[in-house]
Amino acid sequence: MAQVIGVPKETFPGEKRVATVPEVVPKLAKLGFQVIVQSGAGEAASISDDAYTAAGARVVPDAAAVWSGADIIFKVRAPGPDEVRMIREGQVLVSFIWPAQNPQLLQSLAARKATVLAMDSVPRISRAQKLDALSSMANIGGYRAVIEAAHEFGRFFTGQITAAGKVPPAKVFVIGAGVAGLAAIGAAAGLGAIVRANDTRPEVADQIRSLGGEYVPVDYVEEGTGVGGYAKVMSEGFQKAQREVFARQAKEVDIIITTALIPGKPAPKLITAEMIRSMKPGSVIVDMAAEQGGNTELTEPGKVVVKHGVTIIGYTDLPSRLATQASTLYATNLFRLSEDLTKAKDGVFNVNMEDEVIRGTTVIKDGAVTWPPPAPKLSAAPPAKAPAAAVVPAEKKGHGHGAGEPMSAKKLVMMFIAGAILFALVGAYAPPAFLGHFTVFVLACFVGYMVVWNVTPALHTPLMSVTNAISSIIIIGALVQIAPPGEGARPEIIRWLAVAGIALTAINMFGGFAVTQRMLSMFRK
Amino acid sequence: MSPNMVAVSYIAATILFILSLGGLSHPESSRRGNLYGMIGMTIAVLATVAGRVAPAGIPWVGGALVVGGAIGIFLARTVKMTQMPELVAFMHSLVGLVAMLVGYASYIDPTASAGMSPAEVKIHHIEIYIGVLIGAVTLSGSVIAFGKLSARISGKPVLLPGRHWLNLAGLVAVVWFGYQFLRAASVEQGMMPLIVMSVIALLFGIHMVMAIGGADMPVVVSMLNSYSGWAAAATGFMLSNDLLIVTGALVGSSGAILSYIMCRAMNRNFISVIAGGFGGESAAPAAKGDGQPAGEVVSVTAQETADMLKEAKSVVIVPGYGMAVAQAQHTVFEITKRLRELGKTVRFAIHPVAGRMPGHMNVLLAEAKVPYDIVMEMDEINEDFPDTDVAMVIGANDIVNPSAQEDPSSPIAGMPVLEVWKAHNSVVMKRSMASGYAGVDNPLFYKENNRMLFGDAKKMLDEVLAALKG
Repeated sequence: MAQVIGVPKETFPGEKRVATVPEVVPKLAKLGFQVIVQSGAGEAASISDDAYTAAGARVVPDAAAVWSGADIIFKVRAPGPDEVRMIREGQVLVSFIWPAQNPQLLQSLAARKATVLAMDSVPRISRAQKLDALSSMANIGGYRAVIEAAHEFGRFFTGQITAAGKVPPAKVFVIGAGVAGLAAIGAAAGLGAIVRANDTRPEVADQIRSLGGEYVPVDYVEEGTGVGGYAKVMSEGFQKAQREVFARQAKEVDIIITTALIPGKPAPKLITAEMIRSMKPGSVIVDMAAEQGGNTELTEPGKVVVKHGVTIIGYTDLPSRLATQASTLYATNLFRLSEDLTKAKDGVFNVNMEDEVIRGTTVIKDGAVTWPPPAPKLSAAPPAKAPAAAVVPAEKKGHGHGAGEPMSAKKLVMMFIAGAILFALVGAYAPPAFLGHFTVFVLACFVGYMVVWNVTPALHTPLMSVTNAISSIIIIGALVQIAPPGEGARPEIIRWLAVAGIALTAINMFGGFAVTQRMLSMFRK
Repeated sequence: MSPNMVAVSYIAATILFILSLGGLSHPESSRRGNLYGMIGMTIAVLATVAGRVAPAGIPWVGGALVVGGAIGIFLARTVKMTQMPELVAFMHSLVGLVAMLVGYASYIDPTASAGMSPAEVKIHHIEIYIGVLIGAVTLSGSVIAFGKLSARISGKPVLLPGRHWLNLAGLVAVVWFGYQFLRAASVEQGMMPLIVMSVIALLFGIHMVMAIGGADMPVVVSMLNSYSGWAAAATGFMLSNDLLIVTGALVGSSGAILSYIMCRAMNRNFISVIAGGFGGESAAPAAKGDGQPAGEVVSVTAQETADMLKEAKSVVIVPGYGMAVAQAQHTVFEITKRLRELGKTVRFAIHPVAGRMPGHMNVLLAEAKVPYDIVMEMDEINEDFPDTDVAMVIGANDIVNPSAQEDPSSPIAGMPVLEVWKAHNSVVMKRSMASGYAGVDNPLFYKENNRMLFGDAKKMLDEVLAALKG
């Protein structure tokens, strides 16, 4: 029997996102689900009830109708106390949960004997990327952080030369080049700012550069990649070197965007009050880690404050501030998850704990807490490096445009010796008439070698057909045998052999030249 | 015509042939090059007929030329460009056959060795023997290659047990019969060893090409090209004719160089290609050792592919044998034209061994009117992939396999490949997930930025084109 997916309106104050959008409703229907949506659920994300109805969802008047009528609940934020009370036994809840930060919530959900899938617990493996809501939200957050910074910042991002004078470009420093950091780098570079970025994981330097940022390294050797591609806590010595780099940047740049998070730990305090004091007045800091305590010492979560002339933005709802986009991406993530859960497309969730992705995402299964999952096995970049370096780079020189690199001396000497022996043998035994032909033969080989290396690879097929055509010069062999002048009777068979030879080579000769001509006339600019 | 006039005509023909090959260094000069070749051939034939054929023979010559020429021109007019490899293989077999015929005729002809000293007769007989030997190998090898290329014979390598020993035994037998042949007192006595040797050589040619798989065909075709040249050169020695020697040597070295280029493009040793199979018998199964590459295959529809192309600024198309099989080159050109109208940079990346003979893809694209200045060689374009938005791979597999660079234990490790995975996105068109000729799984398909478009290349490309126009 087809299950019903219910989407209630978010109850968290200021939350504008919604867990499904009209574009996704038909796709869910294709998997066999019915969708019910609470009236007004999409209002804050500029999605009307009518749009849901048009897409095939049923709109119900209030939250209670959603919670009682649905087998599966799609939400964005973790449920509040009122919502937890509405969960029925056997119901499936999919939303952000943050089980590490909210142990009581986990317990109370388990007490309701529900199954809970936490979108923040999706394992970080490549197969699960399409349903990784953390990444899609971080992407939006990073973009929005730049927009918020631009809003508070009193100047252009891009440098301009106007009639009224020259405007220098803004300098942006991004700390942490995860998904959010990279999105911020891309957005800021797109606005024309000079972007620098730092990350404890050196392998992201290339990604930073690819988005138009400049990688600012910390000169201290320590590998900073933890399990699953996340950052880890660094040593004291590293942190000291890092602080020096940040202090130097703080004096120079106009905008700092911090995104440093370590899973399950409070955000590291990277920007001290001292550094903020050293910044130019009018500078802006966006602290994307505000919800986990903030990366600066002066952040106030959820607020914009001005300290020492520096505006510090501590919004904790950056993705929600781009509600339509965030809802669309989140809804798509949920749809991808639903796909994995309904492999049979029969409209029934099958929480298959054998599947690594579903296992990691499920934090409560039928009332039993299954969080934390066993550690994921794969990490991204570093292990791949060693074998990659071991492969000898393919020889690239001189393809088709000369004989390539000179041979090694040893090989060359060997070839000369072999050649000398061969020539000595020929010289010792061959009659003089043969030697004349042999000279011609060897020289012709060299001429052929020189000429053919100059042939462009694009014309290799015509080369083959034209060499084929001129190799029908063998016709001469047949011609001289057919009826040599001034001679008497010859075996009849010779003539027939020769006639056959001439006819066959004529096929080759005419055909070869004709087809070459046909091919070459096709090559045009 | 006096013998001297014939000789200088031959010199003129030689020069024209060299110029003909030299002209192929650029498409602009290539048409003139072909013309030089034709003029050279005409001069050579006319001089020979005028100087060495008695009037009684001329009707025979004329008749044979008309019949053969008509067949040849008919073939050249009607052949499809995708069938070029077959035609070339077929023509090689003719050269081999003629070399054999001329060799036999020269042996039977009592006047050929008249007036020679005994040592010269020996040399003459050695030349005949070698000429017939090379001709026979070329003939049967080309026939099998023709069968494989036209799919009349399965492209799979046929590996007989102890095949290297078989070949060796054949070689020993050929040498022994050669000895018998030289000892023969009369033509009748010598005929038997010559015929036995011909049969062995024919079997050897069959065996050699049967053992070689479909994707190694570029090497085989160019190798047979080379053999047909050596056969002509051997005939030249046999008849003491310098023009034949020079032309044969030109063709022979041309084919040898092509074989070398093809082998290098596959990072394989010439000997191992000729020995057959892929990298020996044990390598292919070993490749499966590491299991499947990490990641997931993401398939897309033609519509989504078209959307990707619409959003791209620069597109690189990588054609492979699959495009030739599906006859999709014209649709590819239509797509190229449409994308260029939309202001995108479109280029083609050609791997040296894409297709079934050297330069096969270039000819197909030229046939579809793709301008040759946007068709790039591997070395010209590999550096540009990181700046490419979409790399579209049509029916190619091993030539875009990243494990050639990333996995030293892979059977194709070290083979130069087109680095399509460095493009921002890649789309691979394929009929199924089956691995390529080398039997190596392709990690490209599992890369995060890669999409698969499954289906027949022609049909899928038609849909992409429709979506681009819509």
